[in-house]
Parts: sequence; C-alpha cells; structure tokens
Amino acid sequence: MATDTENVSEKDASFQLRGGTFSLMVLKLLDAASDTLFAKLGDKVRQAPNFFRNAPVVLDLDGLPGNELVDFADLKARFRELGLITLAVQGGIHRHQEAALRAGLPLVPVSGRSNKLDTTARPDTPAAATPKAANRHGAPAPARAGQEATGRPAMVINEPVRSGRQIYAQGGDLVVTAMVSAGAELLADGHIHVYGALRGRALAGLAGDTSARIFCLSLEAEMVSISGLYRVNEDIPPAIFKKPAQIYLKDGYLSLDPFSDRFSGNS
Amino acid sequence: MGQIIVMTSGKGGVGKTTSSAAFATGFALRGHKTVVIDFDVGLRNLDLIMGCERRVVFDFINVINGESKLHQALIKDKKVDNLYILPTSQTRDKDALTKEGVEKVMEELRKEFEFIICDSPAGIEKGALMALYFADQAIIVTNPEVSSVRDSDRILGMLAARSRRAELGLEPVVEHLLLTRYDPYRVERGEMLNVDDVLEILAIPLLGVIPESREVLRASNVGMPIILDDESNAGQAYADAVGRFLGEDIEHRFIKPQKRGLLARLFGRTR
Repeated sequence: MATDTENVSEKDASFQLRGGTFSLMVLKLLDAASDTLFAKLGDKVRQAPNFFRNAPVVLDLDGLPGNELVDFADLKARFRELGLITLAVQGGIHRHQEAALRAGLPLVPVSGRSNKLDTTARPDTPAAATPKAANRHGAPAPARAGQEATGRPAMVINEPVRSGRQIYAQGGDLVVTAMVSAGAELLADGHIHVYGALRGRALAGLAGDTSARIFCLSLEAEMVSISGLYRVNEDIPPAIFKKPAQIYLKDGYLSLDPFSDRFSGNS
Repeated sequence: MGQIIVMTSGKGGVGKTTSSAAFATGFALRGHKTVVIDFDVGLRNLDLIMGCERRVVFDFINVINGESKLHQALIKDKKVDNLYILPTSQTRDKDALTKEGVEKVMEELRKEFEFIICDSPAGIEKGALMALYFADQAIIVTNPEVSSVRDSDRILGMLAARSRRAELGLEPVVEHLLLTRYDPYRVERGEMLNVDDVLEILAIPLLGVIPESREVLRASNVGMPIILDDESNAGQAYADAVGRFLGEDIEHRFIKPQKRGLLARLFGRTR
C-alpha cells in the first residue's frame, strides 16, 4: 500500500505503476500433445460455463516431459476457444519457457519457491491443479488440507456490503463481518460467512463445490445457492427467517437449518 | 480547512435540494461561513430554492472551464450573512464536471468557507459521483419507502468505494441519515416505513427526521429555504438536525403523531 500513497502525489502523471497480487487459476499441463486434452477440458468447462468464461489462466509447465515440443500459440488459441485467456506460464524447463515467451506468454514467479530455471524434477505441487471444483471433489488427501489452508486464504470484508456491490472470493471462503444489503451479491468458491444480516444474494460453492456452506446471523436473503442449487427469499420457511442459520447441501437438497438458540444469543 | 458535505440520495425527488438549502442556511445562521453548490448540471434548481435565480451571471461550469473567477460566480445571499450560492449551468450537461476542475474549485472554497455543501443530482452517474467524490461527510436523504431506502444503500456503497477518501485509503466519509417527508400518521397506519425499519436496513446514524409538510412546497415556490420558517414543523426539524450536525444533543421530535389536545389546538402550533 505504500506505493499507493506515494503515487497519489504525482497528480499530473498520465499513469501510475503499482504492484498487485492476484489469485489466478493455474492449469497444470501434463501432456500438451494429448488428443484428449481439449475434449476433457471442454467437459470441465461445460460443467461451470460461467466460471470459465473469459477466465484468466496461468499454465504450469512443471509436469511437461522435457522432450515434448509445445506450440504455445496454438495452445493459447485453443484455450481461448474454450473461453480461457492464457496469461503466462510458470515453472518448467528453459526450452518450454522460451517457446512460451515467443508465443507472448511471459514467465511468472511461482509463489513460495524460487523461479530460477530448473531442469530437475520437483516434488509435486498439488495446489497447482485446475480450479477448486476439481480439487475439492471427492475425498481429499490429508496433505491437501494443509496446502489449501496456506494457499487459499479467506477473503475478509469488514464493512457493510451495500446494494449493487458484488464480491467474489475466487478459490476460497468469503467472510463478511457486517451486514449484506438487498441488491448486493456474495460469490465464493468456498464457504460464505456473514456476521450480520444477510439480505442480498449469497452463492457458495460457485465452482461446483457441493461441500460449501453459507452461515449468517440473520437469514433474510434474496437468494441463497450452493453449487448451483438455489432458493429464493419466498422459499425460506418463516420459522427460520431473520434467524441465525446455515445453508448446505444434504443428499442433493438444499438444507436451511437454524442454529440452536443456545449459541445464537438472540431469539 | 472547510468541511465538504455531500447531500445525496440516489433517488430523485426525495428532498436533496430542499435539504441542501436548509442546511446551508442553518449553518450560516449559526455564524458558519457556508457555500452551497448545485451539481445538477442542466437541471439547475438550487438557485430557485434559494431565491437567487435572477442574480445568476456566471456559474460553476464557467469557473471549472476558467471562463470566470470563482468570486464572480459566487452569489451572496441577501437574507442571511455568511451564506453563498454557487449555481450551476442550465445549458450544459454532467460531462462538464471534470474531476480536475471540480477539485480546483473545492480546494479554493475550502480555504475560505467552513462548510461546503454539494447538492447532488439524482442517479449514480457522473454528476452524483462528482458531487460525492471530494466529500468529508455525507448526508443521505431518504424517504420512508423501500425504493428510496435501497437507492440510499447503493449510494452508501459508492461513498465507501468510489469517493476520494476511499480511493486514497483515508478515514472514510462520515455518514448521516436524514429521513425526509416523514408522515407519522401514515407510519402509524403501516403505510410508510418507520424510523427503525430504515435504520435497520441502512445502519448509519440518524441525523434528523423531517416531517412531511405542505410548508416545504410553499417555501420552495417563493425561494425561501424552509429552515427560515421557524413556525413550521419541517423548519424546526431542520434547525434541530443542523444543531445535531454541529454536535449538539437534541432530542428527535415529529416522529410520533402529535396528540393535539384542546389547549394545543387553541394556542396553535406546539412542539
């Protein structure tokens, strides 16, 4: 943030340079020559078309065999046909990185490890797979829990989310410590917590995670949705309306449960 | 340095200009040098409400464009000392409001005035954004009905995200709720939202409740800010709200229907 305040004084500048940190989808290429690569990816895209539409993606080259020749320009074009926009590459060997650069894909540093060129095999990095949807389905390996905890911090919003605002916690949980107004929209690939009244929309498990939940102190939502299954305000039972509640998927149905009064501290 | 206050609402017709005129006059009556600026470019109204429409030569847009000096465009109020009006242009549109131009005028006004009140146009587009951008404090004018409340909520979101203070990461804009056109009788019959309903949704401090009053329209038509009519409930409610804004502890009134007994009726208006 220091850079922000410094730049503010340069009122006459026609541009400002700033650093930014982004959370991006990483697509780990294991076999770029595979015939089924685009068919399989296409299937995945069709499961969550909104998630993938114009989604920026970074290609992880660590899994590519060293002898494979990759046409990155062609890859880029074919990913684009599926909706993805390829931004850059990470990892891999020098030859692949050079080829990527010629196709206009720069090398970005991999967070948490040095980016020096390396041709030796690395220990696998499970978090660098395709979107969360793929990750969180099925029984997670014990190691993965730790990886997610460090790699996907929850997004925390400490102010009221007012009408007209949309917040998306991509790849993780969203925590709001204030109220969410009617006309506001919360989106998260993980859980959504609202420590206030939830009057807007809340869509958890956006990328398909069926284990995602929504928690709120007062359920008055316009709409709640987990992994695509939704209920609108009209369908919220009166007994739970304006009560502390959690919403989750149980046996394929959306379940709206009040928290017991013992914990809620209000009637 | 003067405080910049935006009078805003999102929705139109809720009483922004009436409230801008009342607050500006109220501050000035209490000895604070105040200017009120019309940001509703192309739909110039503030000068009418302030009763100075026949004295407009240069306007806000002329100053922004460097076609006149600020002091040539400022109109000194004839009824109240310390009060100035900066009217806008009726022939231009909101695109004439450039951020650089508005900033230049604001900086100049800050040096000279204690309070600078920006009367925002309705909507959430450029005019409204420019009116709120430089604000230190915001008075959110809301009517006790659901659409007005939702629009106010939207504007509060924009104050928190798109004001200068938000962009620079400074202390957030101080928010005040002014509930106008409040009819306690209709509230009692369940035809209007009550104060608590509105406060629950917007969750910002209540500055004042202005009762619905036919005197407001009459005052507008003769170009006299309603706060100068200390006989009217609305005028008194505005005076209270100005006092609260300045830190005085004044109880809210006009929220409940007045039980007017025989004596009250005989002796006219009471508090």
